[in-house]
Amino acid sequence: MGDVILTMKGIDKSFPGVHALDHVDLEVRKGEVHALMGENGAGKSTLMKVLTGIYSKDAGTITFEGREVEFTNPREAQDAGIVIVHQELNMLGHLTVAQNIFIGREFMKGRLIDDKKMNEEARKLFDQLGIDIDPTETMSRLTVGKQQMCEIAKAISHEAKVIIFDEPSAALTEAEIDELFKIIRDLRDRQLGIVYISHRMDEIKVITDRVTVMRDGGYVGTLITKDCTKEDIINMMVGRVIYEDPKTESQVAEDAPVVLKVEHLNAGRMVQDVSFELRKGEILGFSGLMGAGRTETMRALFGADPKQSGDIYVNGEKVDIKTPQDAVKHGIGYLSEDRKRFGIVVDKTVAENSTMASLENYMKGIFIDKKKENEAAQKYVDLLKTKTPGVDQLVVNLSGGNQQKVVIAKWLVRNCDILIFDEPTRGIDVGAKSEIYHLMNELVAEGKSIIMVSSEMTEILRMSDRIIIMCEGRKTGELGIEEATQERIMHAATLRN
Amino acid sequence: MTDKKNGNAFTNNPIVRAIGVQKIVVVLVLIIMLVFFGVAAPSFRSYASLLSIMDYTYYLAFLGIGVTFCLITGGVDLSIGTGMFCYALIGGYLITKQGMPVIVGILVTLLCGVIMGLINGLIVSKGGHAPFLATLCTMMIARGLGAIFTGGVSITWPLSSSPEGWTRSIFKFSLASGTKIPLGFLWVMIAAVVMSIFLNKTRPGRYIIAIGSNKEATRLSGINVAKYQTLAYVISGFFTGLAALAYSSAFQSMAPGGGAGTELNAIGGAIIGGTSMSGGSGSIAGTILGVFIMSVLQTGLPKVNLQANMQQIIIGVVLIIAVYIDVLKNKKLS
Repeated sequence: MGDVILTMKGIDKSFPGVHALDHVDLEVRKGEVHALMGENGAGKSTLMKVLTGIYSKDAGTITFEGREVEFTNPREAQDAGIVIVHQELNMLGHLTVAQNIFIGREFMKGRLIDDKKMNEEARKLFDQLGIDIDPTETMSRLTVGKQQMCEIAKAISHEAKVIIFDEPSAALTEAEIDELFKIIRDLRDRQLGIVYISHRMDEIKVITDRVTVMRDGGYVGTLITKDCTKEDIINMMVGRVIYEDPKTESQVAEDAPVVLKVEHLNAGRMVQDVSFELRKGEILGFSGLMGAGRTETMRALFGADPKQSGDIYVNGEKVDIKTPQDAVKHGIGYLSEDRKRFGIVVDKTVAENSTMASLENYMKGIFIDKKKENEAAQKYVDLLKTKTPGVDQLVVNLSGGNQQKVVIAKWLVRNCDILIFDEPTRGIDVGAKSEIYHLMNELVAEGKSIIMVSSEMTEILRMSDRIIIMCEGRKTGELGIEEATQERIMHAATLRN
Repeated sequence: MTDKKNGNAFTNNPIVRAIGVQKIVVVLVLIIMLVFFGVAAPSFRSYASLLSIMDYTYYLAFLGIGVTFCLITGGVDLSIGTGMFCYALIGGYLITKQGMPVIVGILVTLLCGVIMGLINGLIVSKGGHAPFLATLCTMMIARGLGAIFTGGVSITWPLSSSPEGWTRSIFKFSLASGTKIPLGFLWVMIAAVVMSIFLNKTRPGRYIIAIGSNKEATRLSGINVAKYQTLAYVISGFFTGLAALAYSSAFQSMAPGGGAGTELNAIGGAIIGGTSMSGGSGSIAGTILGVFIMSVLQTGLPKVNLQANMQQIIIGVVLIIAVYIDVLKNKKLS
């Protein structure tokens, strides 16, 4: 490790209602790979966005190469020598590799672009990195791994001094990761400063020199990687927070029948051989870090995305679910994580949203039976204690928690016995949250069964009877609530198979 | 994920890849169509037919070249059909009714196109309107404007027999023997080559492709997206002006408020030629080939005694197939 090249000190950033960064420190030296770790929402990405000028900071200083800097956009940061290699690649799929690398600063021959020279320069870059990519190949024809190599080459061509890798390995194969690590070590040896954001504990041990851990927008500490264990890091990540009101034992009856059984479900890279059972009256928690494939599993199960293989049994009977209609027919309701996009129609009324999934029951001939629709909607407004002036109120005017209740009403009107709650309390304030929890408990007491996908540890430990943990499209753990601890969940969530 | 394993020996052949599978298919279809019409309608095998095909080709090719740039940004320009009529009516009115020099009429026609293109471009890039809607509105505006300007009467640009009729010779040159030479083909080819180089070899062209491929990534690369997006519509407008000149030179009278539907023939030609509706890819050469298909259909279908209404249906079906191929290509890409 060489001299300090980048120091972020006391960085503070608030968004309306959220204190996203609370006096965070980060120090990067030349010739080191510095891991940045933390749970979902710990503030890693926000910190990097502040660094590269996507967000402005409220307080704190950034010192780069001995000078205090404040970038107002990523372009400025890039020109100064700080480059992010994004998880979602910023590539132009229709252009060639060389055209991508030199976009915005093409080599010219008179008034015309000199593609030949660009190809040569790109080839030199790749030779330097020891990568075998044809600069004239169209970008979209490369694998994700190769595309990432191109991003790295682009970063180097900008004469980057600090390169930030944002979960670079998430989409890569084993061989590609080896190649990536070789390049990262090479960059480190050339005295670049590397920030490496990842959830994978094994990788952190292999590739990084130091680790900075963040939790809940705050700075926890920095460790020398080789002097600490995986458990040390996990403990720093989860902290010693006492989670309110955790469930101590399963509320499910010993002899409760299995209502849903999923066997060897496969759907693309994000859902690989996932099997599980859901029992009557159970809340089955799905935990994992961002991009673990939980939502994808639910969407494949619900028929919203195509699946490659796998069997689904509802009440012991094998069913064929190809579309959401099929799923609804078999009594499965899905509350999307993105309520506004997939859950409700915001500019329709509470009544219209409530009966949307079962309109055929509210018809009088070819017309909608408004009266019957309003009655049904009113019944669930009362039952769920939805705060609305009336069933003819537009959903857009309700609060997040009450919108969520309308979505729940929609599936209850439809008589769904299996409810999938995907991040049920995202974007909902604390008071409404506990109401939703209360409601979920009531629903299972009445014999409904719930799958709850949640990224909040508190929620998982408080609500679930059983917990399934996923990592990178695979099921990596299953814990009864009696044996579940944050450490054990975190361990499984960072496990690579 | 796509990689080289997709496709077969034919599509992976370097020569085939350099030209593009779609263009090869379009050429084959074009040959099949020519043979079909030639066999089915003896009158199709004539020099007059060739001239007729060319008359359609000139203005459709200019419209097609222009709109290809909008399509590549991921947008579209629907105002080119009625716009073409509008600008030709205005230019022609100044010449024939106001007695202005022909050159003034020509310049005004081109200027109208550029101004309309600029308006379209600004509404889309600065105003943030969906290109479809923005240009649908200006399509209607152009339609009304041309009619109001000419006072609702039809306009015919000076005929070749009159001294001011030299504009017609630019596209169809008559030899002393009476034989007509489709000179316009030369201009179309020159325009195609120039714009092809512009698209593939200059920075503005490269950035227009980049915007259609990934607008946000282009913006983050420090490129002025609004500027180049606007430029695409200005190019489209200018070429609509050229198309107006080609149309008024090839055909007799132009009725006010006409031209609607022409834009679809040009856009259709571009899509048949392999330009993607979703942006990011397209080629001028492909557009020219696609436009040929449209103009051969326009000339050939009446020769095999298909009524005008039937022609519309056939062209509609051809477009559905072309768009479907585009959808399939995009699916494969993602």
